Amino acid sequence: MSTTTLPVMPPRDVAQQRRLGQRRKLVDRLVMYFCVAATIVGLFFLASIMATLLWRGLVALDWIVLTREFEPTRYGDDSLPKGGLSHAIVGSLIQTAIATAIGTPIGLLVGTYLSEYAGKSNFGYAVRFISDILLSAPSVLIGLFIYQLVVLPQGGFSGFAGALALAIIVIPVVVRTTEDMLQLIPNTLREAVVALGAPKWKMITLVAWRAALSGIMTGILLAFARIMGETAPLLLTSFGNNVLSTDLSRAMASLPVAIYQHANSGFPDLIEIAWSGALLVTLGVLLINIIARVALRKRA
Amino acid sequence: MNDHIQPVAEAGPSMSGLQARSSAKLNSVARISVRNLDFVYADGLPKALKGINLDIPDRQVTGMIGPSGCGKSTLLRVLNRMYSLYPGQKATGEVMMDGRNLIDAGVDINELRSKIGMVFQKPTPFPMTIYENIAFGVRLHEKLSKSQMDQRVEWALSRAAIWGEVKDRLNTNAMGLSGGQQQRLCIARTIAVRPEVILFDEPTSALDPISTLKIEELIDELKQDFTIVIVTHNMQQAARCADQVAFFYLGELIEVSPAAEMFTAPKEQKTQEYITGRFG
Amino acid sequence: MSVTTIQAPPVGARRKPGELGDKIFQAMCMGAGGFVLILLGAIIVTLFLGGLPAFERFGAEFIWGTVWDPVEGQEEFGAGVSILGTLTSSVLAIIFAVPVAFGIAFFLTELSPQWLKRPLGTAIELLAAVPSIIYGMWGLFIVVPFVQMNIQFAFGDQLAAIPLIGFLFESTNFAGTSLFSASIVLAIMILPFIAATMRDVFDQVPPVYKESAYGLGATRWEVMTGVVIPYTRISVVGGIMLGLGRALGETMAVTFVIGNANRIATSLFDSTTTIASVIAMEFPESLSGSLQQSALFAIGFLLFVISFFVLALSRYLLRPRLK
Repeated sequence: MSTTTLPVMPPRDVAQQRRLGQRRKLVDRLVMYFCVAATIVGLFFLASIMATLLWRGLVALDWIVLTREFEPTRYGDDSLPKGGLSHAIVGSLIQTAIATAIGTPIGLLVGTYLSEYAGKSNFGYAVRFISDILLSAPSVLIGLFIYQLVVLPQGGFSGFAGALALAIIVIPVVVRTTEDMLQLIPNTLREAVVALGAPKWKMITLVAWRAALSGIMTGILLAFARIMGETAPLLLTSFGNNVLSTDLSRAMASLPVAIYQHANSGFPDLIEIAWSGALLVTLGVLLINIIARVALRKRA
Repeated sequence: MNDHIQPVAEAGPSMSGLQARSSAKLNSVARISVRNLDFVYADGLPKALKGINLDIPDRQVTGMIGPSGCGKSTLLRVLNRMYSLYPGQKATGEVMMDGRNLIDAGVDINELRSKIGMVFQKPTPFPMTIYENIAFGVRLHEKLSKSQMDQRVEWALSRAAIWGEVKDRLNTNAMGLSGGQQQRLCIARTIAVRPEVILFDEPTSALDPISTLKIEELIDELKQDFTIVIVTHNMQQAARCADQVAFFYLGELIEVSPAAEMFTAPKEQKTQEYITGRFG
Repeated sequence: MSVTTIQAPPVGARRKPGELGDKIFQAMCMGAGGFVLILLGAIIVTLFLGGLPAFERFGAEFIWGTVWDPVEGQEEFGAGVSILGTLTSSVLAIIFAVPVAFGIAFFLTELSPQWLKRPLGTAIELLAAVPSIIYGMWGLFIVVPFVQMNIQFAFGDQLAAIPLIGFLFESTNFAGTSLFSASIVLAIMILPFIAATMRDVFDQVPPVYKESAYGLGATRWEVMTGVVIPYTRISVVGGIMLGLGRALGETMAVTFVIGNANRIATSLFDSTTTIASVIAMEFPESLSGSLQQSALFAIGFLLFVISFFVLALSRYLLRPRLK
């Protein structure tokens, strides 16, 4: 191998390299400042939302909000009864609980299918793909779907329809976490169970699910938190109700819809109640999120 | 002492001058001198390097051997300050080059790395064309015209003994090369910046025997112009390539000798045991 | 020598291997998977059938028609304004959100001290968990007045004087609810999604590639542009598409701040509307079986088609790549 034909490289221009280096470092530093600023901006928004919620929500948050039903605006007349959100809180709890109860088993089975049975099959690929699409699909359209499927035939808005719409939102969230969590289980564990002569379904239900339990629970919690704040699909399905109702076959109030209606009423005293409702929902959602993340972290 | 004047090499190493080779005798001029070097991966962890003293001779090959976790790769990553990427990792002591302690806080790391290049265990072609891979590093430090850059790319690829194989496909993606070619491309990419020292971190451990041979020949060729430090777990490789060999064990430098002596008449019991395969 | 006899353990009746159980369980899992496919298909079909009367009545013109008049007797519906409003508000939101999201992701992967990474990451994820109605209220009571007082009124006239693009800022809208406010609120909403995706994607680049570039003397920014972005380009676009998909279908946050006026916004500070907010505003009050309701189903169908393609593209780009 001859290197004789290679040109001789002139000595390095150190001064030029220095100058270039100064500029490169300046650019680097400017980008770093931008990134720090971007992060501060992101945190600022979170802080601003939380501060606004606390500042405006705590004003009206009292026992009455939690325990009384809707009352129309008092027009500043304090002798009239003050309203609350108890009907909405109860309605939200009922609908989210039923939705989670319906959506979780389906999501669990689908996630299990994807992790344990689908392999590289086209069907599995399609299910995974569609489930991921549903995960981000516009939730208002799910409301339209349930309206056409349940509300119209039943002849009216109902809490049951609301719960069904929310259940459709629960499914893909549970699918995603279930599959991810089952994928984390080492194959040696599966093999060890099957080597004892256990059939696959017992391996899955008795060992794999248990090994992934905390992860799956996290997924369910996150799904629960997600539907707690869903508004749009409920507007088209359970619609809202001004009195406390536990009748699933009739229109049912929910916290997000009640917030929406109070906030858009234009009356300051009702807007105050909307803020306290917003504070309640957000605290609930964030609390569940934090619990879920802490639980997941402990496992890892 | 922390003056903020960077060490300046008067000129780069002569790129064409031939150096009389003598594997038997070590060059007495040290390019880098390591003195009392300690290293920790994080506060509270035991030292990964303990009181290392080592001279790296100019334009010769220093091989570093020892069992896994002995500190040889750690020392390599101290030499070009790669450890500075990771908060918590800390080196203390002296690593002198051109009258300057490389591990001082005031050192311009980017400039330092343009003088001390590094080739990694696995080939790491960047996701771009072969030409762009080479030009990437050069552009960081120098402003070259198109024709100068073309020349530089050809020069680097030729020095890395891969020009003939890639000259017709410079604008194809570097990911399409074979493993051995990728590794020579990475060597060319390092050379193109025109460092004075090149660090090799087990450069052939991911390659087949024929590619390994080519890389070893290349290293032998490159030491005319570059000071080379190579970490290897393969003692034959150390014997074939290195002029000076350093044996590390549990974070300590046990022995450093000319290659011929190390493998025929090691001074230390531990070295003897290691090179005869009794542990490691 | 004493002989110890070990009692043979009691033997139970041999259980049959669970073949039947296996088949039933697998069928259940597969059935649930099939259910998800049917669900999506059913949503598409339902929306289409619901919108069919409107499609039949107005034909293809429904898509670009700009009149939306639900008054009985003179009903006429066109999706043009709401489609345009949906697209412009989402694209503007992406333009606002992407640089900030990139900055956050870069900060989280390369710059942040180790102890700060986790709390910061959690904070960003919490921002993603805040329900959209909260963004809507916050937007209405905080962002809208801010935009109106400090941007529209403060700079609108000067900006409107700029030749050629001035009309983008010229507006007589005094409500404050505007396309611009909606884009800002949407941008803040999708910010955490894009930032989190980018962070995950950047984290996937093997450290040795970054070290190779650092080894050549590159700065952090040069490593980012030279190695990390070329490596992750496709996934980064996938993450942005995911954000876009979210923005297109977002309902409550937009409904609060966009003004819900069926007119094309020629200025950033004009009110307009989006598909999702038209549905949320009008559907609960529409009569079942009316042409209005059908038109709402029809725009819902169009929204579904648009977001399906965007989300499918995002999934395709974000699919795990073979190494």
